[in-house]
Amino acid sequence: MCKLFSKYILIRGVFIAMPSHPSFVEKYLPYILIAPALGYMLFFIGYPLIQAIYLAFTKNGALSLENLDYLLHSPFSKFYEALTNTFLLVIVIIPIQVAIALGLAMLFNIKFKGRNVALYSIILPLTISDVAAGLIWYTMLSTNGFFNKLFINLGITSEPIYFFGYQFRQMEFLAIVITEIWRATAIVFVIVFAGLQMISQEHIEAAEVFGANVWQRLRYIVFPMLLPSLQAALIIRTLFAFQIFGVVWTLAGRDIPILAGEAYYEQVELKHQGVAAIYALVIAGISVAIGYLYIKLFKAKYLEAGT
Amino acid sequence: MVDVKLRGIVKRFGKTVAVNGIDLDVRDGEFIVLLGPSGCGKTTTLRIIAGLEKPDEGRVLFGDRDVTYLPPRERNVSMVFQSYAVWPHMRVYDNIAFPLKIKKVPKDEIDKKVKWAAELLQISELLNRYPHQLSGGQRQRVAVARAIVVEPAVLLMDEPLSNLDALLRVKMRSEIKKLQRRIKVTTIYVTHDQVEAMTMGDRIAVMNQGKIEQVGRPDEIYLKPANVFVAGFIGSPQMNFFDATIYIEKDKAVLDVGDFKLGLNKDLIEVLKDYEGKTVIVGIRPEHIYPENLIPSTTKKVAKVEGIVDFVEELGSDTIVHVNTGSQILVLKISGSHHYEIGSKLVIALDLDKIHVFRKDTEKAII
Amino acid sequence: MVEKDTSMVKYYLFKIIIAGLVIIAVLWVITPFIISILYAFSDPTDYYSKEIIIPLHYTYEHVRKLVALGAGTAIINSVIVALMTIALSFALGLPAGYAFARFVFPGKDSLKLFIIGLRMFPIIVIAVPLVSLYIRLGLSDSLLGVALAHTAMALPFVIIITSSIFAGIPKELEEAGLIFGLDRTGAFLRITMPLALPGLAAAAIFTFIMSWNEVFIAAVLTLTNRTLPAFILTSAMAATDFIKFAASFIMILPAMIFVFIARRYLIAMWGITLR
Repeated sequence: MCKLFSKYILIRGVFIAMPSHPSFVEKYLPYILIAPALGYMLFFIGYPLIQAIYLAFTKNGALSLENLDYLLHSPFSKFYEALTNTFLLVIVIIPIQVAIALGLAMLFNIKFKGRNVALYSIILPLTISDVAAGLIWYTMLSTNGFFNKLFINLGITSEPIYFFGYQFRQMEFLAIVITEIWRATAIVFVIVFAGLQMISQEHIEAAEVFGANVWQRLRYIVFPMLLPSLQAALIIRTLFAFQIFGVVWTLAGRDIPILAGEAYYEQVELKHQGVAAIYALVIAGISVAIGYLYIKLFKAKYLEAGT
Repeated sequence: MVDVKLRGIVKRFGKTVAVNGIDLDVRDGEFIVLLGPSGCGKTTTLRIIAGLEKPDEGRVLFGDRDVTYLPPRERNVSMVFQSYAVWPHMRVYDNIAFPLKIKKVPKDEIDKKVKWAAELLQISELLNRYPHQLSGGQRQRVAVARAIVVEPAVLLMDEPLSNLDALLRVKMRSEIKKLQRRIKVTTIYVTHDQVEAMTMGDRIAVMNQGKIEQVGRPDEIYLKPANVFVAGFIGSPQMNFFDATIYIEKDKAVLDVGDFKLGLNKDLIEVLKDYEGKTVIVGIRPEHIYPENLIPSTTKKVAKVEGIVDFVEELGSDTIVHVNTGSQILVLKISGSHHYEIGSKLVIALDLDKIHVFRKDTEKAII
Repeated sequence: MVEKDTSMVKYYLFKIIIAGLVIIAVLWVITPFIISILYAFSDPTDYYSKEIIIPLHYTYEHVRKLVALGAGTAIINSVIVALMTIALSFALGLPAGYAFARFVFPGKDSLKLFIIGLRMFPIIVIAVPLVSLYIRLGLSDSLLGVALAHTAMALPFVIIITSSIFAGIPKELEEAGLIFGLDRTGAFLRITMPLALPGLAAAAIFTFIMSWNEVFIAAVLTLTNRTLPAFILTSAMAATDFIKFAASFIMILPAMIFVFIARRYLIAMWGITLR
């Protein structure tokens, strides 16, 4: 396109004696506008990555596997636990979130009075930090918290249910799952809902006219057309889920070690820069792998076929 | 194949009344066009027949069957949507096969029918493509093929040609009409384009503000418009309208416009005498006003008026002349190419047999 | 008529079920907000009383204590970081967003795809290696350092949002400006900018919330100059329950106010940035 543009100027130049070349700035203007942003991001992602590799695998300027050895074999390192817990949280949380978000999106696709107010309420958790979400659910679940008092007063339980503390780790895990579902389902919902709204009503009505019942309309029309949005939602939610930190740290601390939490702990509390760097690299590696996997797995066939 | 009856259909959306009491009989195998400006309720009426909307009042009958509250799938209707609504994630073949698949038609029969419909619409080579690989016209054919493949009782079309370019629209117009004649399906076709309505419809129902203004064959609608709205909506350029006062002389009824008077035949006295002294709306089509030197030999009686040429549009096949008679600007449509100087004098002749008279209060046709 | 009656019953039953589901969903999301705000102001005796679920006596004491512990400075730090992040990410991202919206150039699609891809990068991991760089640059434990890292996090979003805002303003309006005597810069400043302003304001709020809520980078990069989430993460954890409630209240308040102001834009914006 740029070539065409300069040619056009050239032709014009021949005929009406205009400047025969656009100025340098004019010709490369879009690149000049994009370059600073792109350069900034490349530096702030590229440099730390290289630095992380350096930190991870050197000691006093020489190549060393000491950090890796600590990570994998030291009794103080909780790497395997962190890896297991992070994956476990992702595996438990994501399917529930996707199911709820899909259901909510279908629900909110129906027009009803007060839909906008309900919509704003539903997405409210999107706006708060994970630390705040953790504290809010601490309020709900603590021994003197809302749910324990409610349940005891309703006679559902006679003793408070303990959610927090090292000896109640399984309940802590449950609290984390509840909080994450409360907090981050909205992200999946917003994407799926936007995708659902983009499906033209006529496509669904056409299926209705041609005899499809509610289930068939979902199965043959809505769901396949929603697939790209669902894919986007899954990628984003999964990537964020692997970075889970604030909620776990506020609700369970290191009772339930997770990758980002261990990175934080090694870096800030123990000053093990190299070990923290390996955690960072592991999270980055998992993210890239997940992104690649999803794109390979879900392919909306009809979007791929060439013209 | 079935006839369709609408009885007192009313549909409201909140406070707005989209359809305000419609009665319509569509005969078996007929091609009827719902014609009207945007927002007149024609699409809503179609969607009520489809079952996509439930009316607030009234009944929809297919033959003797009351289908008012039946969902679309129990009505055996088909529809071509304005946006075509060809599903982007299905190949052309699967799009056309979908209605049959839902009805659990055996596979080999589906195959036969899809190929039949594709052949009819000349899209056999496209069956393996995805919709985004098709042009607008091809997508439109897919939508029509999908609609006829089930051999529906009633075929509904919602402005199916409005998204096509002008040339293709003319071509598809005749193709859809021919196709309908061939498969003889009861068809209800919605459009805002009067040319489409005139060329395709066996009958036309002209709609305005949620009501049917007139139902009739295209020539009836054109020659005998029931009211000012229909008269003004059909025909291009628009019919000339002006106010006149009626008085009756011994052997004729006279329309007094002010600048000029129009003396009508004696036989109209009977009809017009009730309106003596009252103001009425007079209408005459641009093609029924002639320059003095171009009066067709078949014309029996004219009224001549002198005016000044105000504006001329030369279209090649026709010439449109705007003539200022003092109080009115009358528009003439003369066939062929003619040249008139703006500002020059011109004597024009109004064909008195082609004059329409409407009541001023109800705007209904008197003659 | 029978058909009509059964379909009417079905219709209302459907409506009731829908209403019920919506109410459950809204309550599930809203209740924790309300409860945590009420508890943040609850009198300790009400909190420890087993019979009182919704507190009856209220006090400002917990919020006051939290501020005295250092939350006041932390809030100011958070605001400074967020504002610096907005300034930096808009200075860098706005021109790029405009270029993507208005120009056709070779490599445009792949560049855009690349930036969308960068959005997926787990940006928190850059915090760890940045520490040693910041020590060398004299940026360690500084608010600017946090803002620089937050800018890297916000930049892809700012580019995507601004480009969609600019793309939504018809090019013809700018071209009309060019015809009637403005140069490119003038046309941008006097025609496109005023039209884009409401959208850009919402984008700024979006950026503010992103920075305000970020905890990992801030906690790793600062030691004494904590932003609010970092401060709460490190200080409030060991404190009493009331301090935790007060902390959650202080953290969610500004975000909720901003969301209320920009609610219409925010839904659309999440739609754009997350797709």
